[in-house]
Amino acid sequence: MKIHEYQAKQLLGNHGLPVPFGIPVLSPDGLERAVEQVMQESQADTVVVKAQIHAGGRGKGGGVKVVKGLEAARQAASQILGKLLVTHQTGPEGRLVRRLLIEQGVSIARELYLGVLVDRASSRVIVMTSAAGGMEIEEVAARTPEAILKEYVDPALGLALFQARRLSYALGLGGTAARNATAFLHKLYHAFVALDASLVEVNPLVVTSEGHVLALDCKMTFDDNALDRHPEVAALRDLDEEDPIEIEARAHDLNFIKLDGNIGCMVNGAGLAMATMDIIKHFGGSPANFLDVGGGASKEKVTAAFKILTADPAVRAIFVNIFGGIMKCDIIAGGVVAAVAEIGLRVPLVVRLAGTNVELGAKILAESGLPIATASDMAEGARKAVELAAGKGN
Amino acid sequence: MIVQGLTGAAGTFHAKQMREYGTPVLGGVTPGKGGAVHEGFPVFDTVAQAVAKTGANTSVIFVPPPGGADAILEAAYAGIELIVCITEGIPVLDMVRAKRALAGLPCRLVGPNCPGVITPGAAKLGIMPGYIHQPGAIGIVSRSGTLTYEAAFQITQLGLGQSTAVGIGGDPVKGMDFIDCLALFEADPQTKAVLLIGEIGGTSEEEAAAFIKAEMKKPVAAFVAGLTAPPGRRMGHAGAIVSGGKGLAADKIAALRAAGIAIAPTPADLGKTVAELIT
Repeated sequence: MKIHEYQAKQLLGNHGLPVPFGIPVLSPDGLERAVEQVMQESQADTVVVKAQIHAGGRGKGGGVKVVKGLEAARQAASQILGKLLVTHQTGPEGRLVRRLLIEQGVSIARELYLGVLVDRASSRVIVMTSAAGGMEIEEVAARTPEAILKEYVDPALGLALFQARRLSYALGLGGTAARNATAFLHKLYHAFVALDASLVEVNPLVVTSEGHVLALDCKMTFDDNALDRHPEVAALRDLDEEDPIEIEARAHDLNFIKLDGNIGCMVNGAGLAMATMDIIKHFGGSPANFLDVGGGASKEKVTAAFKILTADPAVRAIFVNIFGGIMKCDIIAGGVVAAVAEIGLRVPLVVRLAGTNVELGAKILAESGLPIATASDMAEGARKAVELAAGKGN
Repeated sequence: MIVQGLTGAAGTFHAKQMREYGTPVLGGVTPGKGGAVHEGFPVFDTVAQAVAKTGANTSVIFVPPPGGADAILEAAYAGIELIVCITEGIPVLDMVRAKRALAGLPCRLVGPNCPGVITPGAAKLGIMPGYIHQPGAIGIVSRSGTLTYEAAFQITQLGLGQSTAVGIGGDPVKGMDFIDCLALFEADPQTKAVLLIGEIGGTSEEEAAAFIKAEMKKPVAAFVAGLTAPPGRRMGHAGAIVSGGKGLAADKIAALRAAGIAIAPTPADLGKTVAELIT
């Protein structure tokens, strides 16, 4: 799960990490008071107006403006709030900005990159830094991999102070700044573990001319599997930033991701679901979604999944590809038939069943009298779905 | 072997399925229910008690995700040699700590978030449907559950069979990886060829490609799922995500192909591609 920058900074602040003074604005009414409060707190009239969306590249996209005074802040906010922001991560359609962060201006001496993440190859948490702050880390990694410094953390010890010092001095910091950076790294690792984060990026981490070290931006992603033990984090979810169909799917415990093709897919198992998308592409078609109904789906869950697929206006054909293991084919067949009976069938449907209770499933489909094309293996099923989506075949 | 989380719905169902397949299920563990007999299985409060009473050296874990990592450690510290963790949804930092604690202990971990291990005709340690397998000479190692079933079924339909099929699971931090299993298949006299099924995310397939090229004499075929997966989105499995330009299916396929490994063009050709290596 992702959260907004202002929420991430509040969490950092709660863990004793220095962040610029800022106030989130969730509606235009709150703007004036927020700007005045920030100016008063910072004893300066420079404020930063920052769009809050779950996508990077906001600065380049025009979603971050540094201004002086209330009037200029109001004008900047009116250009951002309620408008579509297009960045390299939002796609050309952009994202509607519903929230702002009003923050104090900071005098920047240096901009650094700091990332904490779970590294699968070593099965450890790693803390990464680079002197090239503000740049996308992928870019730095591609161009100058030696510029990225890494410390692998032993989970039994946590990030040792010497490791934090090693990173700070390798970044070329000295004196107060090095001490502050070391403390920052140490606390950030603790926050990462305490919150069950899966990724924390502070980019840039800034060093001021006075040697203060603070998070000018922060991106946090959390381990979905650990949200149950962090209700305070789970409460930060912003449903406006998520696809409504994906929210609906999650309510039914379905794993659904919208794609831009026209063949709706319903599959059991994540690997098989990905492979089904691949084979559709192989035969010249294009999948409309990834949908894993899971290992032990009920008839009701299958019905809900089917409804989600048919609700997408882009869908021209549906391919149900099931390998029954724990999941029984008759349950799938029953769910599909029940869904069609309830909402009708406006596009061709291809069903491939294999595994547990396959005969029973085939019988349910045949006896339903519905115009369902069947396939004996996934190649045949995918080929038929591609033809039907293109308006060919029958 | 024993089942941790025996009295839960999944534990009960699969303990019975494994027993039916011929696996010697000697009992199970559910704290607080020790002394009971559940579906004919003796129940113990702790793994240590179960091991002392039954002599089990293998455990299959079905406990709910918050207790998953703890269950793995309990098994390891009780002297279990092979731990198969089926549980899906264990927090990743729990697994980071558990893996650190397992270092140096004489045990192997398969999973979590996996279908388990089957040696057809001998034993089933997991949730895979037994009847789609038959004894044979092809080893399967896979990050995906249902795709493993698909592969086993295709191989069986061709009249061939499997020596052992291992689902290593879809989590980013897990026990045995491709390389560990490939080394076992290379040393296993039953296995004549290996089918490796990968997916997007991480670099395990690339490491496997290098290992196969350097260390293996037996032929290997492979398939990697997720060529069409969009970057930045987690495709069901916690570990199946392309991020920062890393973990792309196309890169993995290129690495495997460069190591001389036969690539199945579609998931409908898994059986055929590996069968061609030994026929």
